[in-house]
Amino acid sequence: MHSLGARAQSTTRTRTPGEIVAAATPTSQVGRRIVDRTFLGVCIAFTALAVLLLVILLVSIWQDGHARLSWQFLSAFASRKTEEAGVRAPLWGSIWVCVICAVAALPIGVGTAIYLEEFSKRSRFRSFIQLNIANLAGVPSIVYGILGLTAFARAFGTANSEDPITFGQPESFFYLQLPFGHGVLAGGLTLMLVVLPIVIVSSQEALRTVPGSLRTAALALGATQWQTTWNITLPASIPMIMTGGILAMSRAIGEAAPILVLGVPLFIRSTPTNLMSDFTVLPLQIYNWSMRQQSGFHELAAAGIIVLLAVLLTLNAFAVIIRHRLQRANG
Amino acid sequence: MPHVAEISTATSRAAAANSRGTARSRAARIGTERVIRGSLLACALLSIVTTFTILVILLVQSASFFAMPQVSAWEFFTGTTWAPLLGEEKHFGIWPLIAGTLLVTSIAAAFALPVGLLVAVYLSEYAPSRVRAILKPILEVLAGIPTVVYGFFALAVITPFLHEHVSESFGTFNALGAGLAVGIMILPIVASLSEDSLRAVPRSLRDAAFAMGGTRFDVSTKVVVPAALSGIVASWLLAITRAIGETMIVALAAGGLASMTFNPAHEVQTMTAYMVQIFTGDAPAYGIEYKSSFAVATILFVITLALTVVGNLFLRAFREEYE
Repeated sequence: MHSLGARAQSTTRTRTPGEIVAAATPTSQVGRRIVDRTFLGVCIAFTALAVLLLVILLVSIWQDGHARLSWQFLSAFASRKTEEAGVRAPLWGSIWVCVICAVAALPIGVGTAIYLEEFSKRSRFRSFIQLNIANLAGVPSIVYGILGLTAFARAFGTANSEDPITFGQPESFFYLQLPFGHGVLAGGLTLMLVVLPIVIVSSQEALRTVPGSLRTAALALGATQWQTTWNITLPASIPMIMTGGILAMSRAIGEAAPILVLGVPLFIRSTPTNLMSDFTVLPLQIYNWSMRQQSGFHELAAAGIIVLLAVLLTLNAFAVIIRHRLQRANG
Repeated sequence: MPHVAEISTATSRAAAANSRGTARSRAARIGTERVIRGSLLACALLSIVTTFTILVILLVQSASFFAMPQVSAWEFFTGTTWAPLLGEEKHFGIWPLIAGTLLVTSIAAAFALPVGLLVAVYLSEYAPSRVRAILKPILEVLAGIPTVVYGFFALAVITPFLHEHVSESFGTFNALGAGLAVGIMILPIVASLSEDSLRAVPRSLRDAAFAMGGTRFDVSTKVVVPAALSGIVASWLLAITRAIGETMIVALAAGGLASMTFNPAHEVQTMTAYMVQIFTGDAPAYGIEYKSSFAVATILFVITLALTVVGNLFLRAFREEYE
């Protein structure tokens, strides 16, 4: 009876100690011990299941793919003959796209976070932006792909995609065209949109960890808001911001859906040379190989996954090292 | 410049910062400040521009889809046949795609929501700190694995397992294999977010319940979980949103046949998988199939947005506050 009452009231805002006591009212000492132990057993069993699933996942992929790993696999282009195929084009494509994404998303994301945390007053406008960012974080990545396709790849149809306006020679590093088409720049900017909410939210959290007394001290000495932010707040929060940023980049490297919507060619035998070059990324190449029923492609997909996971692991190791270094530098 | 790092107190740092300030006159400093403030505001406004542009693109393209003579809005919202590519007569009834999405999401949720909560309760209430220190990174690894890897896992491991050990009726593509893979993908989201809200429950509440003779089970299920309910439900809603929007797993493992079925052994097509089919396929750009994917994307966007909004409201409205 008592516990029923407590449950019915559990949606109210505060709980009095009386309710908490009522919630824990004993029925039978031994019975409750048994229930407790059984519950613990169930919890451990399901936690073990989650760990087991990860182990099965990694082991099965390693078994399928490790035989295909070789220097040749990293340095060869995709091929219809499975024994000659490799990940050179998607590996370089992923690196290009990730660098573009980082260069675009980090300044904009951190800038937004600084505006929201340091420069704006608690107003309706601020909570509107905040709500908007929370909602953007829930938008499926494939929808960002549609946005990237329309805005970057086709420039809203304002220019003819078949006959773009060009600047410079197509072979040159500085070659540009409008609209961007499905080149690495369009891919990187699309991924920027996907990860921007993550970068903003993690940077905001980082800025919030800086004690207010540091800001007050700087402001009291006559520093402007920006001088305070640039010299005091940002240096203190940069390790956390970098960690969040690298996490966001790992997400970007693993995304296939938005790139797929851009309409990148499926079969690529070149690495990017400029921002407009055709490209593919590792997850997309893995998808293409997984879709093929013929023998051999399955192993290629598994080997591609190992390369992708290795790239992610390297990136995360960088995050740990950077955090460690910067924390020491900050004293 | 480098000596700044060695100065430890905030005051001296601020003084150094001020002496380093480039603008000497007050007017120049205010000018710089304005420019910087403006560019920061521009960064913040980009997020609003993004939302606005998504809305405009989806609405304009959907409108032009519904304006086509072969399409009727009534059929789209009530029809139970989705056959945009096959046959002479094209049918655009959204329900088979929604049914497919719902089936895969339900399977994923049925697996991940309870299991995720149990893992969270174990981590927060039972696990010794040593075990926690091992398990948390494992969850982070699970959360960091790209979804295409789970798709491959569904295709290469889960489905063959179901075919051999559960029933012969599971084909290469089936809803259960894809649903379970999506479930594994969202499990770490539920586990780590729920754990955060469980740990946020004040210690005094647990102590009070323990003092009354409650077992750990009593304390967890009757005090801590109800107190953290808003955070737990928010984590569930976020996980469901991710499951609905998940693309690569279902494109690989669920198949490409839009059908009104709730049999988990059958091939189904989700909204996202249809979009993949159109954008990778030979559907002519600006054709009717192509435009239909924008209408599907609009529905997907509306559903996920609604869930995100409800999740945020839930977090705010039902948060239990102490002291």
